[in-house]
Amino acid sequence: MQQSTTKIIPTKHPVYAQRHAFRRGSEHGAVWQLLDQVFDPELPGLTIWDLGVLQNVQLSQGQWQIAITPTYSGCPAVETIHQDIVNAMHQGGYQDVKVNVVLAPPWSTEMMSPAGKTQLKALQIAPPDVDDQVSCPVCDSDNTQVVSQFGSTACKALYQCKDCLEHFDYFKHF
Amino acid sequence: MTQAIESAATTETTQTAETAHRRAQQDLYRFLVALADDAVVLSHRLSQWCSKAPYLEEDIALSNVALDYIGRARMFYQYAAEVEGKGRTEDDIAYFRNEREFTNLLIHELPINDFAFTMVRQFFLDVFYCQYLTLLCDSKDQQVAAIAAKAVKESRYHLKRSEPWITQLCEGTEESLSRVQDALIELENFAGELFLMSDWETRLVGQGIAVDRAQLHGNWNSHVQDFLKKSGVEFSPCQLQIRGGREGIHTEHLGHMLSDMQYLQRTYPGAQW
Repeated sequence: MQQSTTKIIPTKHPVYAQRHAFRRGSEHGAVWQLLDQVFDPELPGLTIWDLGVLQNVQLSQGQWQIAITPTYSGCPAVETIHQDIVNAMHQGGYQDVKVNVVLAPPWSTEMMSPAGKTQLKALQIAPPDVDDQVSCPVCDSDNTQVVSQFGSTACKALYQCKDCLEHFDYFKHF
Repeated sequence: MTQAIESAATTETTQTAETAHRRAQQDLYRFLVALADDAVVLSHRLSQWCSKAPYLEEDIALSNVALDYIGRARMFYQYAAEVEGKGRTEDDIAYFRNEREFTNLLIHELPINDFAFTMVRQFFLDVFYCQYLTLLCDSKDQQVAAIAAKAVKESRYHLKRSEPWITQLCEGTEESLSRVQDALIELENFAGELFLMSDWETRLVGQGIAVDRAQLHGNWNSHVQDFLKKSGVEFSPCQLQIRGGREGIHTEHLGHMLSDMQYLQRTYPGAQW
């Protein structure tokens, strides 16, 4: 069995580092934190922050404006995420809320947090890799093959491990 | 007297500027709706494979590509509705226009036919959109550029899937090769329309908003020909161009497709999930 030693600890990508610094510099830390309760409906345990969908939190004339960006342009999860944000804000005591969908800069897997990538692996989904060198999330073998470029959702491809024979989803590098 | 003339001249300049602005907005609206129509029509065609594809993974893949195109159509329709400023929604534009009001290029509306035909069309379009959308990312209209930047990433991924399929079909069996060749004969007549400019599109190129499609023809040809040649298949697009989509003149297939696609909204206007 070929062991992957290079990809066990996810490194912080500059794009994510920039997002992270932006969030830390925001004066609305409490709201960012509140929104860490909003998860992707298809990826349990992965917050919209970890996924790179949550882009900005602003307060404009008493209204909370939350900016999100879709992973894929046709991603049906956006509607659910939109509603989940509004619900979370209301429960947190913020009544006037508007969710804006922004397209630029386009979402990329580089926006994901290292915690998010670790969480993917915990869900037995191979995290994105810049060279599409896909390791099996079950046995860590690099001896894998693509079965289909599209898996259960637009953001995933279907792979099979040639060592442990497990079929698994690969979160496409995008 | 002089003052009166000057004031009249100013009014005239303002009016000319307003007319120009209105026309520019109309051009932009037509441009956005045309791109959205291309996407929504192709999306509907691809979705017709759902539950009927050769095998399960392929079924899922084609449906996912369809989903990407629905997303693309929505982004263009939403922006078109905003530019139009009449309070219409994306659904109003997609579901409540007739065949003659659709301005998609004809290649998108052709029936799915067999799997080889669907994949050859997809290959043609993936090559085209990879080139076209890359240039559209530099549009001076920020929203157009943002949509293009989002869509081009998806088209690049689609091409990664359609190219190996073309190789596989060309180098597969006699049957698969002959089906590819039939598809090439059928589609060569429709590919030319991808590179035809409309008047309004030309005006938008002048403003740095649209892309000159005509200039892409050479690159597209060489990419497609070189790729097919690797599998020993010759392809020379014919001179005969079937055209009319941008003017609302369609093949006999679009009306049937729309009656299916629009049925629910036409029967129960405003129906929601």
